[in-house]
Amino acid sequence: MAIAFKQETFRDDFSYRNSPENIRRFPFPFDRDEYMYSVNMEPHVKGQKGTVFESLIDVDEHYIAEMHDRALVLKEDPLRYQALPHMMTAQWDTLELLMEEQAAGYPEHFTLIRNGDQWRWINRPLGIDDTFTFGDRATLPYEPLEYITRQAQGDFCIVDQRDGNLWMDAGMVTTQADWSLDFDIGMNFMEWHGPVPLAHQMGVFERALKFLLNLQQGKPTRRFNWTMTINPRLDTSPENYPKWGPDRATVTPENVGDKVHLRVEVQTLWRLPRSNAILFVIRCYLMNMNELVTVPKWARRFPRVLRTLPPELIDYKGLTRYRETTMDWLSKYDDGAPTSPGTFPD
Amino acid sequence: MLVEGIKSRPVYRGLTIQPRARRHIFALEGEGAHALLDRKTELDETARSRSEILYLGRGSQGKGHDEALRKLGADMFFTAPTIATLLFRLKGTLATAHMGTRLYIAGTEGFIGQAMIVALDNGMDHASIITEHRGSLARRVQCVHCKGITEDVTHSPFACSHCSLPLLVRDHYSRRLGAFQGVNVDAEEPGSAPDPEELFL
Repeated sequence: MAIAFKQETFRDDFSYRNSPENIRRFPFPFDRDEYMYSVNMEPHVKGQKGTVFESLIDVDEHYIAEMHDRALVLKEDPLRYQALPHMMTAQWDTLELLMEEQAAGYPEHFTLIRNGDQWRWINRPLGIDDTFTFGDRATLPYEPLEYITRQAQGDFCIVDQRDGNLWMDAGMVTTQADWSLDFDIGMNFMEWHGPVPLAHQMGVFERALKFLLNLQQGKPTRRFNWTMTINPRLDTSPENYPKWGPDRATVTPENVGDKVHLRVEVQTLWRLPRSNAILFVIRCYLMNMNELVTVPKWARRFPRVLRTLPPELIDYKGLTRYRETTMDWLSKYDDGAPTSPGTFPD
Repeated sequence: MLVEGIKSRPVYRGLTIQPRARRHIFALEGEGAHALLDRKTELDETARSRSEILYLGRGSQGKGHDEALRKLGADMFFTAPTIATLLFRLKGTLATAHMGTRLYIAGTEGFIGQAMIVALDNGMDHASIITEHRGSLARRVQCVHCKGITEDVTHSPFACSHCSLPLLVRDHYSRRLGAFQGVNVDAEEPGSAPDPEELFL
């Protein structure tokens, strides 16, 4: 079934909203009523229809608007896309993976025709029909990674594997929760996670790194991450913090429902075949509190999770100014009834 | 001592002379001169004949070591008036360096970071470069907003020397930029920046 793509914005008038169907498929990340810190990796396998795991690379009603927002970010700040010179093979790996998965999941919107190294890529939502030579940079209007990630939802990092570590050596990062690719590019796994509180002492990163170094081709893995964002703004980069930081001081009991958003990242990790690098996809989903409380289970659970968050994480996630107001507002929708296990709506 | 536990910050293990190197290049800034002078007994005649010392006198305790360094009898001794000129000279040296060349860098963290960038640009592996922190704890900081770099930052917050935003100095370091990250401290409530504290003297 063809997706009805929305015309909407992630800046200025913030017209982004989720349709009722899209709310039902939102990847709500909490499987219990209290917060628990964990690596929470699971195999990235296809899930049921009507979930974001219906296809391994998810395309939803926000696709066109998100790609437009990405183009705006890149116009203002081209350094949001960077790739170190040794990453070219991994760039082609990524282009192949994203074209194949999008074409497989949404044949009515995307078509890939391969004839040897002559490839034709048709992207109907964005009106693209390009023929190019796989492996020949000069036959595309951008580097392969930039080309395909201008046509795929989510942020994308390619990490190189060497010396028993992973290195952040390429990326397209325009929808990030306050980290800078320009600053972190070239860092290893421990270095780029340096500012994250608590997890280092818990050994979380050592275990995660060990796991990822052994990631196998054809067996992608995934985990959730989450934070909250005021207004449906995709570009909450440190670069633009002076633009979005003031939003955090604008939350009142009257506007919580519209302004406060749960921001969920579905992070998927894929071993790439030619380069042996790992593609790290950070797909961001936004849902405001009015939308969240339309699912009674989530309306009960989310304030309970917020209440049990450790202080270090409240600070790290930047929730300090509006967490209380949000919990108060949400508590109207929590009748204290027990919730069912798992993340999905009842 | 430097602040411990910053995962992204390089560890400066101290100068140890690698006796088998075919060429030793010492880039020394200010008090970094002591890092080599304290180990002069490790520099035997062979090592001296293969050594090149680039020195910049800088900081209250870091000037006037020219004579002592010259007396080490290295194959080549060069003094630079500024960091920029020393780095320019270092670039020239590394551009024609051969396999078996060892680079030693000593001085303030900002200097080590900048010399390291020159080395990385010339294809050296960062893990092979020998470093020692000496002198001031002042930090070299990149403003994450305007990308301008401010040298010798001793306070946090401080005003970005390019865009003037008050910046909090985060404990997050980029080897590629040779700098810590500075983030606008009062973005959420402009005008609410706390008083600067002298943290990195």
